[in-house]
Amino acid sequence: MNYAQHVLTHLRKDLRLEWRTKDSINGMLFFALLVVVVLAMAFDPASYPTMTRQISGGLLWVALLFAAMTALNQSWARETNNNVLDAHRLSSAPASALFVGKALANFLFVIAVEVVLAPIFTIFYNLHPLGETWKLLIILPLGTWALVVNGTFFAALSLRSRNRETLLPLVLLPISMPALLAMIQATTAVLTGEFEPTLWIKVLVAYVVVFTTACVLLFQTILSAD
Amino acid sequence: MPKWALAWFALTLIMLVFGFYKAMTAPTEATMGNLYRVFFYHLPHTILSFIFPYLNCGASLLYLFWRNRNVERAAAADAFALAAAEVTVLYATIGLATGMLWGRAAWGIWWAWDARMTTYLLLWLLYVSYLLVRRYSATGQTAVIAAVLAIFAAIDVPICFMSIRWWRTQHPAAVFGGGSDSGIDPSMVPAVLWNMLAWAMWGALILGLRYAIERRLQRQSNARALGFLGNEPGTAF
Repeated sequence: MNYAQHVLTHLRKDLRLEWRTKDSINGMLFFALLVVVVLAMAFDPASYPTMTRQISGGLLWVALLFAAMTALNQSWARETNNNVLDAHRLSSAPASALFVGKALANFLFVIAVEVVLAPIFTIFYNLHPLGETWKLLIILPLGTWALVVNGTFFAALSLRSRNRETLLPLVLLPISMPALLAMIQATTAVLTGEFEPTLWIKVLVAYVVVFTTACVLLFQTILSAD
Repeated sequence: MPKWALAWFALTLIMLVFGFYKAMTAPTEATMGNLYRVFFYHLPHTILSFIFPYLNCGASLLYLFWRNRNVERAAAADAFALAAAEVTVLYATIGLATGMLWGRAAWGIWWAWDARMTTYLLLWLLYVSYLLVRRYSATGQTAVIAAVLAIFAAIDVPICFMSIRWWRTQHPAAVFGGGSDSGIDPSMVPAVLWNMLAWAMWGALILGLRYAIERRLQRQSNARALGFLGNEPGTAF
């Protein structure tokens, strides 16, 4: 088998597991919905359309980030049952293929949540974007991958730590700060139409390229950490 | 304390006292009066706290390189990485605190989300999270996990720096202290340089001591793991 086939096998396995239980997607979706509702307590989205446009980009990504974090820990916890992780370490398949497969699976789950959440968000927050909406089709997948690639990596990193639920956000949030800034700014640019999102899309692309490379190169080290 | 450390400590103290003298006798600044003197502590700490992270990253890379080749050297690199991260957090904390004192005096507010302050706060957050990870991770894995995280953090620092600069140039509102603080009066330069040297020496001293302590802790835990502690008379730890 070549590298792509290894990745595909891992991806197929993760998708099948998720299809049977639907734990991650259901959990994330409901969690994100709850965050959207809770944030509506902080301000009145329907009455102040200009302010809503200005802050919705940030709120959407905060909801998605928190939701993704609930699922990321679970995605590796699955591998610890029956010591599957040790089997992965013994396997002759490249370790990074496991990582890429898992990151792709998580990416697809978060995208699925976004597909449902985006219309809900638009309706609940009474959003009328003033920029070029099609650009969101670039920004959302890029931003999601930026969160998920580091998230999957750090979830693996904190897998055998004492309190992994606390550890993941502590590591992921500071490292993701430039990506969060870029995706929030780009989304806000599209929603308000006040400035061009191009610069921020470029920052996102650079971030994604740099950190995907770092993750793929260092995953072997993390998998055989002890 | 070893002899070299005592000598270095004495030398550093003399330097710090001299730096203090230089800072307090430098000419009074035109607009802020004596309040500006905190600058002589703020500048060295901020500049140095951008150097220590790269010592941390270098040591982490060496750790990963030596991990399966030379265990003793790897442990030393790991101890050095930890010491460098701790000194980073310490210096960044002092930099932030003195920066806020300055901000309060110069601009009337404690904090502004301008480019430099935000980048600096992110640097502080990154290395605090590094220390937390070291605290939380399972024993036996701490060094590897920390080394990987240190590399990620070191990659992140320049990206943060650039993206936040773009962020703040795109929204030109509320830029405090931009432009006017570029360049200082030549009469203040000696005080800046003396303090920079003194604080660099102080940083090197605590880094060295922290490294020595960490090495001793490593030896202790190794000995305990092997069951030697207490059985071998004359083994000094």
